Amino acid sequence: MQVPAHVEYEKASSVGHALSLLARYGPEARILAGGHSLIPMMKLRLAQPETLVDINGLTELSYVEVTGGELRIGALTRHAQLLDSAAAGEHFAILHDAEKVIADPIVRNWGTVGGSLCQADPSEDLSAAFAALKAVMVIRGPGGPGHPDGSRTVSAREFHTGPYETVVAAGEMLTEIRIPISPGGGSAYEKVGRRVGDWPVGAAGAAIWLAGDLVGDAGIGLTAVGARQFAAPDAEEFLRGAPATEDSFARAGEIAAEHCRPVSDQRGPADYKRHLAGELTVRALRRALRRARGEDA
Amino acid sequence: MQITVTVNDVAFTREVEPRLLLIHFLRDDLGLTGSHWGCDTSNCGACVVWLDETPVKSCTVLAAMADGRRVFTVEGLERGGRLDPVQEGFARCHGLQCGFCTPGMMLTARWLLDHNPDPSAEQIREALSGQVCRCTGYENIVRSVRWAAGQGVAVRGSPAEAGGSAEAGGSAEAGGSAETDGEAPA
Repeated sequence: MQVPAHVEYEKASSVGHALSLLARYGPEARILAGGHSLIPMMKLRLAQPETLVDINGLTELSYVEVTGGELRIGALTRHAQLLDSAAAGEHFAILHDAEKVIADPIVRNWGTVGGSLCQADPSEDLSAAFAALKAVMVIRGPGGPGHPDGSRTVSAREFHTGPYETVVAAGEMLTEIRIPISPGGGSAYEKVGRRVGDWPVGAAGAAIWLAGDLVGDAGIGLTAVGARQFAAPDAEEFLRGAPATEDSFARAGEIAAEHCRPVSDQRGPADYKRHLAGELTVRALRRALRRARGEDA
Repeated sequence: MQITVTVNDVAFTREVEPRLLLIHFLRDDLGLTGSHWGCDTSNCGACVVWLDETPVKSCTVLAAMADGRRVFTVEGLERGGRLDPVQEGFARCHGLQCGFCTPGMMLTARWLLDHNPDPSAEQIREALSGQVCRCTGYENIVRSVRWAAGQGVAVRGSPAEAGGSAEAGGSAEAGGSAETDGEAPA
């Protein structure tokens, strides 16, 4: 029987209230969103917070909307909501690709986008998708030098500081993910897993923005293969200005595979994961290109 | 801490530890043992119940998180001695063998049919893909849900109208039963 250790519990009624509770209870307090990462960790005593600050009542953090040329996703948005969002699918098909293969439909009903990101599992899918899309994370805190209103933004590629670690400090909370919408874009996500609902053996996300027949800009996200910040910046650099062709994608895949650092575990040996990193990068780029051209993919 | 949870339209107020999981609250505090405690790791889906309008894995939800919310369990499927079409489908189409996964399967099936009254076999499989039948009776589970899809709405009526709809639903059910009784499994 797996039961979390004794813990105190507070229900937040607003973002401000949640922040004040975090301030009151200090660094051993943890935000409780869907709990589908945190509660299993608490059952295993891998996480043992002293206080849970339950934000499930904060409906103001639950939305997917297009505002100011950006897709904005509230941190408390459930995975199922993101999968159902027509706006997300229209602008960033990669998000629907990824959501379809995150856990299972019941877990997606309650697990949240922000919770997945803040758990910062090194095999997490959305981290790679947001890295590919060059998303921006909005973090709220008590305020201080440089961000007196208590709000700061961090690039998706600065968000993670290591396995299970992010830049979200004690007393702060992730509130929103923003993705700039640019013309000529297409995106896709490719994952290989052992079975439905499992973490990936390896997965890659790609976003490209075309400039005529050339790749104007590209984003490549990788997960479960030891890629720093879930990204493949060298492969992106190679693609920038290159022709949007199979040859370019094949080389980008090779570069992505060379630069990641997978480890062997029960999901597969390192060399297989490295192979996946390259091959899935190519497949994701291929599909992203078709979408950028408005073709079915 | 004190919580009040409305389970199958009945409000229960109990003193609980914040760490208490919803599945244990239902089974141990309320004696509603229809929801099954399976893998304990949000993999198997035997513990699926609805939290407000949404199926969740109750081994991974704290009872405290259900405070002020509605929970719908397998005990709430049947109304006034009439089985929900999903229950009847599982009985007619042999949708269960040992029965351990059945409560969770039926609650997800009910939710699916409420949102998609005529799902394909593929859509049923997708909806149930987070739930495990260790007897591996998936074919008959899909058949059971397909059978239920042909029988119309839940006997409890729309969950959102629970309570107020009991009488209206009752008359509709009486009309439907004559037609359904004679039907063979799909």
